[in-house]
Amino acid sequence: MTCSARLLQGNEACALAGVDAGARFYAGYPISPASEIAEMCSQILPQHGGIYVQMEDEIGSIAAVIGASLGGLKAFTATSGPGLSLMQENIGFALMAEVPCVIINVQRFGPSTGIATRPSQGDVMAARWGTHGDHSIIVLSPSSVQECYDLTVEAFNLAERFRAPVIVLTDATIAHLREKIEIPDELKLVERLKPEGPVENYRPFAPGAGGVPVIPNYGDKYILRVTGLVHDEEGYPSADPQVAGQLIERLAAKIERFRDELPQPLFYGEENAKVVLVSYGISARAAKQAVSIAVNEKLSVGMLQLQTLWPFPEEQVKKACAAAEAVLVIEMNRGQIMERVKACGLFPPRRISSVSRTDTGIITPTQVLTAIRGVAG
Amino acid sequence: MNYEEYLAKNRLPHLWCPGCGNGITLKALLLALAEMGLKREEVLLATGIGCSGRAGEYVNFHSFQGTHGRTLAFATGINLARPELKIICLMGDGDCAAIGAGHFLHAARRNIDLTALVINNFNYGMTGGQFSPLTPAGSLTSTSHSGKVEGIMDLCRLAETAGANYVARTTVFHAPELKNFILEAIAKKGFSFVEVLSPCPTYYGRYNKIGGPVKLMEWLKNNTVPLKKFEQMEKEDKGRLFWRGKLADRNARDFFTAYLEQERGGRNQ
Repeated sequence: MTCSARLLQGNEACALAGVDAGARFYAGYPISPASEIAEMCSQILPQHGGIYVQMEDEIGSIAAVIGASLGGLKAFTATSGPGLSLMQENIGFALMAEVPCVIINVQRFGPSTGIATRPSQGDVMAARWGTHGDHSIIVLSPSSVQECYDLTVEAFNLAERFRAPVIVLTDATIAHLREKIEIPDELKLVERLKPEGPVENYRPFAPGAGGVPVIPNYGDKYILRVTGLVHDEEGYPSADPQVAGQLIERLAAKIERFRDELPQPLFYGEENAKVVLVSYGISARAAKQAVSIAVNEKLSVGMLQLQTLWPFPEEQVKKACAAAEAVLVIEMNRGQIMERVKACGLFPPRRISSVSRTDTGIITPTQVLTAIRGVAG
Repeated sequence: MNYEEYLAKNRLPHLWCPGCGNGITLKALLLALAEMGLKREEVLLATGIGCSGRAGEYVNFHSFQGTHGRTLAFATGINLARPELKIICLMGDGDCAAIGAGHFLHAARRNIDLTALVINNFNYGMTGGQFSPLTPAGSLTSTSHSGKVEGIMDLCRLAETAGANYVARTTVFHAPELKNFILEAIAKKGFSFVEVLSPCPTYYGRYNKIGGPVKLMEWLKNNTVPLKKFEQMEKEDKGRLFWRGKLADRNARDFFTAYLEQERGGRNQ
């Protein structure tokens, strides 16, 4: 496969990837440090026959994205922490109504308005559990500009395949980092399935292959009923306990049954090492550098870089850490993924520790290396 | 075409209370669709949350029920993806004027090609009759036992100021006029708005001792005057009367048309 090289910042890579993945609709609201995504979409979407609309707030932005997706367009939005909080109710709607869409969340320092221009990885649990109710959701975390591009394309493919919202968690550092990336001339893209068979009595929410229904678009001859209420296979509201139970189970299972087909963790360093690092996003860059130095120092160190945060790749983490005497979780928050690693029940929690930074700076290789030496000695 | 062809009869009876006006507005909408001869796949009924939000269950064409107050924002996306669809957004007074007020102003300002239809029954019915922004001051509701302190806002004037192409108000008592307004609103390109004053005998009528469904219909008849007459009345005579009629009827370019001409057309030239 041939590629072309581009020098891009992370935000530009996300915008370009969205359009390359087939997105033809973007609705958003200006917010630092995500604004370049909106700016680029406003320029390039019309050139591709698409539409950019600047809504009155983030609630309206995700609503318009959902509406456009139900009309048949691949659609996305981008925001940062405060905007993610505002979008949460409608992200739950997209889960419930099975609407494919992509949300790029450029993490900034929080909570609240925080510091708009400084990075953090504080939205990991907000992405997982921010919307109310019981659910499963796909959250991806790129650690480079290249991965911003690749995982945004993948986010659209997963959204269409599973008919669900997919969140891409970047951060203020990757968003504005400029790196050379390779853009493939041809991408493997997933397109949503189209209904077949008799139009009358078509059941838009009947489970199809893998539990994913084949839902028509608005304006198709197949009639579509969409609601955020618990609904039956025809799309009609229902308060039947059996309907409710089966729906909630299917919505989670259609994603979790295929967790092995989501972007898999990347492994660096020594297999079966005594010290294993678990990291993701921008922090994985520092961790990777530290591992490379530590391996040169003949320390027994390996590292797992998570690309999919949710559903959590529990089996891969367990496997990578099987021989470890110490596990270090490298992240720019107060241990949001570390708590999940602990929940794997690997070994006594005292052997799992956090290398974190929550003062608006990014984690450095030196900080990680010091931690490795501390547990490897 | 017959309006019954749009009605999902298998979903009846509906959940609305005896004497509720929602059924009259739904029928007026279906009569308008029938008169326009629209095919099922050409029409979408988008609703909000609340009593009127359940209307989508009783039609057999495309329907959408979003989150509370956001109907017009969802519909903005649907319109831009499928501009050929006739979209009717049916909302309640709390849904549109309180939690959804921002989207209402901006959908009108953008002149999104859709019809916003608000059933104003002067309270939140589904949750037990609390006051809404459109509940007249002094009214008794389940959250204003000594009378509502706040005033109302006029959605019609707001829509007109924000840039709607079509604005009208009537009541379910004036059913033929209601059907005509809805028909004109759907036929109009750009943002159209019709406010329908409607009875809620279960809460608003009962709490304010107006009487049962028939008395409430009389109340709608006696408390509304045609717009032209209303404008000629002295301020003190207007009191708490509502005007009904057509406030705006113009033909500004809708958002999608304007976007195509500027963003896509401009670059291709």
